[in-house]
Amino acid sequence: MSDDRLSRVFAALADPTRRDIVARLAVGDATVSQLAAPYHVSIQAVSKHLRVLEDAGLVSHGHDAQRRPRHLEAEVFDMMTAWIERYRRQAEERYRRLDAVLASMDDDSGPTITEPTINQGAAS
Amino acid sequence: MSTHAKPEATTRETTIEADPNLPTIRIIRDFDAPREKVFRAWIEPDLVAQWLGPKSTEMRIDEWNARTGGNYRYAALRDGEEVAAFYGSFHEVRPSERLVQTFTWEGMPDGVSLETMTFEDLEDGRTRTIGLSLVDNLEARDAIMASGMEVGVYEGYEKLDALLAQS
Repeated sequence: MSDDRLSRVFAALADPTRRDIVARLAVGDATVSQLAAPYHVSIQAVSKHLRVLEDAGLVSHGHDAQRRPRHLEAEVFDMMTAWIERYRRQAEERYRRLDAVLASMDDDSGPTITEPTINQGAAS
Repeated sequence: MSTHAKPEATTRETTIEADPNLPTIRIIRDFDAPREKVFRAWIEPDLVAQWLGPKSTEMRIDEWNARTGGNYRYAALRDGEEVAAFYGSFHEVRPSERLVQTFTWEGMPDGVSLETMTFEDLEDGRTRTIGLSLVDNLEARDAIMASGMEVGVYEGYEKLDALLAQS
């Protein structure tokens, strides 16, 4: 996925109404009027949100000219998950090297460490 | 010192949170060591050099003044050649508790992130580190995460190269 596409996906999901629409489409396809029903907003407003989601490639619409049911493109989320997972794995690899460093360090240098007292870290 | 057959039983794997509304990346990880020790591994240059740099590169520390108001610069070397360099300042060094740094990759000199690392005592000899990176905007944040992916792919090919060279 290109950086531009990723930015559009993140921007599209930055809005709570659009996240809600995505959550509803995850259950199943729905028409614009079905999607508009639970909100106190116009069909036009929901259509506008849907256009942002469509531009980001998150949502598509069916060929039925009358109803045009909206469909969630779930694979976009799979790609995002893969993309974040790779970044996470990179951090995990770095921290595993830190695990090894910590295991090799002497315990007796640095400030004197006494047994931790209860609630020592509670104020921080 | 005891060793654990299953490290995942004592050390939780890294978790990443990319806020959809804010240009931040939060990285959380638990370590099987008291926080004084974890903190030392974060600020003592000879220890930092052993783990912080990107994998498959060597880390050369040019400047390292880990005190409040101090500065740092380090470079990543591949086959002895500098492939990337980073610099910034130590905004706050609060022993065993908190480390706040600015961070710039010299390849993108206008970009700067604020890195806040918090060290939490889990009171059982372990430490939780919470790293928060704050950048200019969502596009910059997404680019950082996407570049991480490119490095990951690159390293994957390197491993494949090594495997092919053996057979």
